[in-house]
Amino acid sequence: MDWGFWLPQIMLFSSLIPALVIFLLRDEQFWLRTSLNLGGSAVKLVLAGIMAWGVLAEGRTYEASLPFLHNQELVLRVEPLSLMLVGLSSVLWFITTIYAIGYLENSPNRTRFFGFFSLCVTATIGIALAGNLITFLIFYEMLSVVTYPLVVHRGTPAALAAGRTYLLYTLGGGVLLLLGIIWLQVLAGPVSFEPGGTIDFLLDDHRTELTVIFGLLIAGLGVKAAIVPLHRWLPEAMIAPAPVSALLHAVAVVKAGAYGIVRVVYDVYGLELSNQLNVLLPLALFAGFTIIYGSVRALGEFDLKRRLAYSTVSQVSYIALGTALLGPAATVGATVHLIHQGIMKITLFFCAGVFAEARHIHDIREMSGVGRSMPLTMSAFTLGAFGMIGVPPLAGFVSKWYLGIGSLESNAPWVIVILVASSVMNAAYFLPIVYKGWFGEPHEEIDVVEAERFQVAEAPWSLLGPALATAGISLLAGLLAAWAYSPLSLAEIVANQRMISP
Amino acid sequence: MSEFLIYALVAAALFAICLHGIITRRHILRKILALNMMGSAVFLLLITIAERNQVDGVADPVPHAMVLTGIVVAVSATAFALALARRYHAQTGHTELHDEDGST
Amino acid sequence: MSLAGIWVILIPLICGLAAFAVGGRSARVIGLIGAGLTFLLSGLLVLHVWQSGVWIYQLGGWDVPLGISLRADGLSAFLIGMTGAVGLGISLYAVRYFEDEDEALTPDPSPDPSAPLRTGAGRGGTEVWLPGTSYWPLWMLLWASLNVLFLSNDIFNLYVGLELLTLASVALIILQREQAAIVAGLRYLLAAFLGSMAYLLGVALIYADAGVLDLGLLADAELTGTATQVAGGLMAVGLLLKAALFPLHFWLPAAHSSAPAPVSAALSALVVKGAFYLLIRLWFEVFESAGTVSVEQMIGALGAVAIVVGSFQAIRQARLKLMIAYSTVAQVGYLFIMIPLAGSFGDPEASWRFEAWTGGLYHALSHGFAKASMFLAAGVLLSALGHDRVWHLAGSASRFPVIYLSFGIAGMSLMGLPPSAGFVGKWLMLRSAVESGQWWWVVILLVGGLLTAGYVAIVLSQAIQHDVEEHTEPHPVPKLMTVMVFALAAMSLLLGLRAAEPLELLEIGAPFQTLMSMVED
Repeated sequence: MDWGFWLPQIMLFSSLIPALVIFLLRDEQFWLRTSLNLGGSAVKLVLAGIMAWGVLAEGRTYEASLPFLHNQELVLRVEPLSLMLVGLSSVLWFITTIYAIGYLENSPNRTRFFGFFSLCVTATIGIALAGNLITFLIFYEMLSVVTYPLVVHRGTPAALAAGRTYLLYTLGGGVLLLLGIIWLQVLAGPVSFEPGGTIDFLLDDHRTELTVIFGLLIAGLGVKAAIVPLHRWLPEAMIAPAPVSALLHAVAVVKAGAYGIVRVVYDVYGLELSNQLNVLLPLALFAGFTIIYGSVRALGEFDLKRRLAYSTVSQVSYIALGTALLGPAATVGATVHLIHQGIMKITLFFCAGVFAEARHIHDIREMSGVGRSMPLTMSAFTLGAFGMIGVPPLAGFVSKWYLGIGSLESNAPWVIVILVASSVMNAAYFLPIVYKGWFGEPHEEIDVVEAERFQVAEAPWSLLGPALATAGISLLAGLLAAWAYSPLSLAEIVANQRMISP
Repeated sequence: MSEFLIYALVAAALFAICLHGIITRRHILRKILALNMMGSAVFLLLITIAERNQVDGVADPVPHAMVLTGIVVAVSATAFALALARRYHAQTGHTELHDEDGST
Repeated sequence: MSLAGIWVILIPLICGLAAFAVGGRSARVIGLIGAGLTFLLSGLLVLHVWQSGVWIYQLGGWDVPLGISLRADGLSAFLIGMTGAVGLGISLYAVRYFEDEDEALTPDPSPDPSAPLRTGAGRGGTEVWLPGTSYWPLWMLLWASLNVLFLSNDIFNLYVGLELLTLASVALIILQREQAAIVAGLRYLLAAFLGSMAYLLGVALIYADAGVLDLGLLADAELTGTATQVAGGLMAVGLLLKAALFPLHFWLPAAHSSAPAPVSAALSALVVKGAFYLLIRLWFEVFESAGTVSVEQMIGALGAVAIVVGSFQAIRQARLKLMIAYSTVAQVGYLFIMIPLAGSFGDPEASWRFEAWTGGLYHALSHGFAKASMFLAAGVLLSALGHDRVWHLAGSASRFPVIYLSFGIAGMSLMGLPPSAGFVGKWLMLRSAVESGQWWWVVILLVGGLLTAGYVAIVLSQAIQHDVEEHTEPHPVPKLMTVMVFALAAMSLLLGLRAAEPLELLEIGAPFQTLMSMVED
């Protein structure tokens, strides 16, 4: 059996099949559904491990080409860059599944929720494994569709309104992306992802077209990556249940956009061509503005989840910014932030969900003293927040360090200003929460009966465990950054592959 | 003016009159009649063509076959339309199709 | 196997007649057997064309031009295959649907099994009309005439096929004898006959000009005269009326929405495609040299207006079935965007023409499966909830998850979102539009997708909406119906995951032979 051909496909099916089976179950079939979910995600995790070992230790690539149109194939390929998103989504899917099982216990429509949840991961894995533009597009659009039922899951008018905004933005973005891809393919034939890009030969004759197409592609991807002014759907989508927000922000939707930008810049256009077209500076400026804008808006929000959402707007653009900077260190910073932002942000969302579920805390001002009754949750939150601010030795620090070096390498010192300003603002909107949580006076309005019911004070382990796990991972990602299999080392491999070009 | 042209023009005129009838007349029976005569106009044209295409004094048989088949089709279609019109009349008491959307 | 092309017409015809003669409950059995056999034969025909290329059969052994021939190339096989698969799905659904319906209509279910089930005066003098027993003969006739249409190679024979199709369709629309259906059926009948007459006059003119009726001979004749142009115009208008291209769509929404669900599905998914098929067959084979850019662009423009107007009308509708019917108006518009793209604009040797042609047909295929699924889904909701008012569907998503899942998948295909067959069609047409530099069609194709998303999202978000009212328990719906709704939607999805083979099938015997090699590289 040709494992290189089958492994990427099994990777997709390990969440697709559970999704399809789950749709056939009834809401009450808890154990069957749970074992399908966990079984699927465990298989996925093991496969990701095997593929990581194969790619990193043995230097293999796994590739599957399936016929699609006359001259167009669907390609699934595992190489270091795809491995980053595959690894991130496999690990976080496993953890989020546990969290979601705890979170949604006894709520209605669980079958629908978990079915689409698994489909959502399938689409993300597909995006990660896509080896050419059309495969990427297919899974990218699939992701738009399958997340819609998750966003509107609660079915309240507010959720439906958010869903409308979400659909409008993502479908609109999809249209731009589709147009860009078709136009590019008409000029260049089927475009596959190769480090360094494959379309340099078009530069002489089609300079303007290439620039416009780049704009279309980035605008299409920028919607999901929530680059200002295309970000509005993201804070709205906060209405979704916490596990969905966690997944949307850390792994699936925004990451798909950011990952797409990385792919387009490095593997479709290539640094050389992007540089000659002068398209990277505008991208960097948009990303830089988004970073500042997101932080400023986060400062003004007092709803915990909305503040986190604007923080995501800001943080994800680090990836786009690093990508646009061209240098090796910036590339490392950008790609490693794909992973780091994911694990840190998911920790924060897990905690926000725990606060909401166990204490009905939605507003930051209600968080006073919550650390006293829920020290573990608050610790996880603190780790996540410090990581976001960039406190050494946490994961966020590693990203920012490399981005900083990268900006110096590329002679763009203004980026340092943005990084510093953003970190200051990160601190400004996270530290008060942390301070209040640990040292504030417990809120008097907390329902006494409610507090008594939680004798152990912490939330159930199915909610707390995932939060602690991801907090631990984000600590380790920083501490063990030098380890050969850390996200940082992986990012360095990715960057090396893309810097060899003359 | 050749004989063929005269007949062809008559057929065309008949077709046009019927088209006018279908569009402007409200009574269902008139519409059905107009459609029926429209068929006759085409049949007239076909027979004219058969006459024109004659080889050695024998008229072209293909249009004849077409007219025969066409008559069969037209008869059954007209019968069906009449039956439908009758049912419409029985259910609504109307003999005309009204412009307002009767679909709800 | 080479005779599959004959039997694919004869079997439904025979079974239809048998079902009519036998009547009663046995009609259903015969109809079902007919559907199964026709499906298998359609599959065999597709396989035959796939393996041995274009299939031609001289009826009665008479050669053209005197005789009449049947011919199946890739395009015919493609559509017969679609009709077979969609038809089987609809048939299986209809078994349960009409069983349910007939039961509800039988006033006093007599315990005596020998009680008369056929139409006729009941004992109490009240007339009991059971649509189910009449459905099967008519549906078989409809299926047979569709296959006649796809296989005939003679423009007069095609006229007969068109008329049969119309008669069967109208009879099916008025199956339930409701007043709205009768009005809609009558309007449809008059419009369709008018279309047939225009087509027939065109046939007569072509015969006057060329002296032959065979499609192949006509294509070789490369007609260009005035008579041909007039004939082409008449035939095109007649067929556009039957295919319901804006503004000739006025009859469609009422007709398609007031019919019983399995009939609506067949009408929107298949019957409209019949007229469309004939039009492009003629357009690209017979009138190829007579077509002009301006006419093609005008038809495309009508398609564009159809997309916009149809979609907005669909968004405005308060009843689900009417919404789906207006969606058909819009989707038909998509099909006709193919005409200017594959037409004579720009370089006649360009490969984009063939791309657009396949793209349009793939869109027709996707619409066939997706729209059938949607109408059948609406039928399930209608019989379960007793209404199909869009604004009263709140909360029904949790009671009919599979129905709405299917509706969503079908909607994806209509929007042209990947992965779905609709995406493949849209992709090819968009490519063609970009390649040929006809940017205006790019815009309309993309905007049309978003408009489609508009009405699909309305239904889904209504259904997901949290239920605030107390509802009566829905009328139970047979499982098989739900399964068929899902199966058809799933087909529209699967055909988008692997389009290579169906697209290759289309190449067999297609026009644009010289262009195909250029697409390959």
